Amino acid sequence: MRYLTDRKRATGMGSAKTGTEHFWAMKVSSVGLLVLIPLFLLTFGPILGSDYETMAAYYAKPFPAIVAALTIVVAFMHFKDGVQVLIEDYVHGLAQKILIIAMICLSYAAAATGVFAIAKLAL
Amino acid sequence: MADVNRGNRPLSPHLSIYRPQLTSMTSILTRITGNAILVAALLIVWWFLAAATSPEYYAVANGVLTSWFGDLVLTLSLWGLWYHTLAGIRHLIWDNALALDIPTAEKLGWACIGGSVLLTVLTIAVI
Repeated sequence: MRYLTDRKRATGMGSAKTGTEHFWAMKVSSVGLLVLIPLFLLTFGPILGSDYETMAAYYAKPFPAIVAALTIVVAFMHFKDGVQVLIEDYVHGLAQKILIIAMICLSYAAAATGVFAIAKLAL
Repeated sequence: MADVNRGNRPLSPHLSIYRPQLTSMTSILTRITGNAILVAALLIVWWFLAAATSPEYYAVANGVLTSWFGDLVLTLSLWGLWYHTLAGIRHLIWDNALALDIPTAEKLGWACIGGSVLLTVLTIAVI
């Protein structure tokens, strides 16, 4: 039997003092994506399905290349934060940690791959 | 003693006993669409990687993304993307403690559903 109440055990421990950063990061990336997603759809959409020469000439131009690279980076950072909340809600214990780390690694890997590919196409 | 009845208390009712409502369904759909777009996002990154590798590899990736299966995945993802975008705007509004009453929230929910279909059709028509 424990003689301390829940309240007494918590008193003095303080809050985690983090968490607002996560919320704010998602808010900033979401507003960024509000601008980037329409631009990406309008640039990437018509080029998807075109032949290699047309695509290579198009993504050698700065605007579509910068929009595509920014969209991929910001979208995967937004996904990284969002999927963490999803995992935290439904998966617990060790599996939760492993999944969150795996999704963070996947997000950075996908963002880096996208930026590398677009840089190679553009330069 | 705060520990006496731990784990044996009546818990608040959860998803399984609630009748589906527009507000809860549109909320769950936000999460589903946001995470499901991952598939399309990875396909597009793969498309760029193939484009930067060689014309032959580009032909393969471009062929997959424009096949009937690619069209199906990308069209559904486009709708998911627009739905998640509109639902995200709804959250940005809610963050200011605005439009939180149920009639307004339901109107915004219908706006997300209708708007996402409209924007999907519009996007396909434009690009």
